[in-house]
Amino acid sequence: MLQTAIILAKIWGVLLTLVSLAAIMTWVERKQSAVMQDRLGANRADVLGLRIIGLFQPMADGLKMFFKEDFVPARGDKFLHTLAPMIAFFPALLTFAVIPFGDVLRIGTLEIPLQIANLNIGYLFILAFGGLTIYGTVLAGWSSNNKYSLLGGLRAGAQMISYEVVLGLSLVGLIMVFGTLQLDIMVKKQGELLFGFLPAWGIFLQPLGFLLFLPSAIAETKRVPFDLPEGESEIIGYYTEYSGMRFGLFYFAEFIEIIVLSAIMATLFFGGYQIPWLYAEGFQFPWGWEWNLPHLLVVILQIGSFFAKIAFFCWLQVLIRWTLPRFRYDQLMRLCWVNILPLAVLNIVLTGLVLMILN
Amino acid sequence: MNFGPIFLFLIAAGGVVFVALFLNRMLAPRKPNPEKLSTYECGEEAVGSPWIRFNTRFYVIALIFLVFDVEVLFLFPWAVNLKSLGMFAWIEMAVFIIILSVGLAYVWAKRDLEWIKPDSDEIQAALRQSSQTITDK
Repeated sequence: MLQTAIILAKIWGVLLTLVSLAAIMTWVERKQSAVMQDRLGANRADVLGLRIIGLFQPMADGLKMFFKEDFVPARGDKFLHTLAPMIAFFPALLTFAVIPFGDVLRIGTLEIPLQIANLNIGYLFILAFGGLTIYGTVLAGWSSNNKYSLLGGLRAGAQMISYEVVLGLSLVGLIMVFGTLQLDIMVKKQGELLFGFLPAWGIFLQPLGFLLFLPSAIAETKRVPFDLPEGESEIIGYYTEYSGMRFGLFYFAEFIEIIVLSAIMATLFFGGYQIPWLYAEGFQFPWGWEWNLPHLLVVILQIGSFFAKIAFFCWLQVLIRWTLPRFRYDQLMRLCWVNILPLAVLNIVLTGLVLMILN
Repeated sequence: MNFGPIFLFLIAAGGVVFVALFLNRMLAPRKPNPEKLSTYECGEEAVGSPWIRFNTRFYVIALIFLVFDVEVLFLFPWAVNLKSLGMFAWIEMAVFIIILSVGLAYVWAKRDLEWIKPDSDEIQAALRQSSQTITDK
């Protein structure tokens, strides 16, 4: 009973955090673009004259979507048209279930692992549910009764399945090094030290893997420079015929994907919740200093470091979005199949060779 | 293996989606008219069926994807156990990867990875022929 209550509390906390972070991300995106383009940005929404640098804007946006008419285009497929945004939204949320956001929290004799579900197929689960989002976009394009939406959906489908291959391949090297798919073991192993001082983060073990993972992950979220499926301003995309909350689900799914992606990058390549040289008892610096901390403070510090890493990668993705121009479609496909794929295979073979020599 | 929490999470996430769509339906106006429901294609009246024929290139990409995604799936269990399996497993997987790389090289050589596929030599010759006759006239 208590266990179920704890699990429910964790689920509630994670859902609330994800949805509110996604809302804040919409604000961050607009504000960052304003900063980069020398504008003031979103700052109009106010409550009783209070503006707080535009932070009411995401709330106003969210509320607005509830009051907008939600209609299905004539002759569109009503069932699939309703289903598509749900399929796009669900898996994005669900992938967060296997990501550990902290170490085990001990209250008295009670041990609470700060992770919703500890699966031994960890990363496979993320790949499987990440792959489901493709159905959302393709169905949205298909069911809209609109030629441009269909073409956008096709482009999205081809792009996402192509980059899904390299998304899996670029991480095989990392899995070979850690010897597991379980995310919490991966994070624990990243708490160890290389050569006695360097934290054994994935980025130091698999630098090439990270360089290949980053572009393919951004391509999976369909953002600039890989935004050919939607490209709001010029080419019409797969959700042209959506309005109201169904559009809102697509919109939110994009931002939740950004957050989940940042969480995955932090977990796999940047030590997850680990802080360099912080152990369960406190800091133990390689030059001999020790600084003992109470258990609760260590856990709070670790959760804080995890969310700080997420915030950094979200911000990095917003920066990339407002810096780079869009690829052409043949460039996009060539980047995937001709450049990233052979490099990823090479990475696997070389990693295997190095592991064999070390053994 | 504990999929119970995943199931609970699934229900909770479903609840979020359901509440959002339900509130939208309750709060939003519903006044459809033929103009509003018509397809938006840059303001022009839509012509013909929207379910058009599309480039077969998408189909080729899907086929290549199928092959390589299965390869990735084969690589995962191998990668997890590589350290205990040793050199023999590495050589075996290297052979497997080489065979697949031959496939990729074939697709590459056939120019199916280039989005704008150049015409074959015969078509190019025919095109040259016809443009020649036009300029002759």
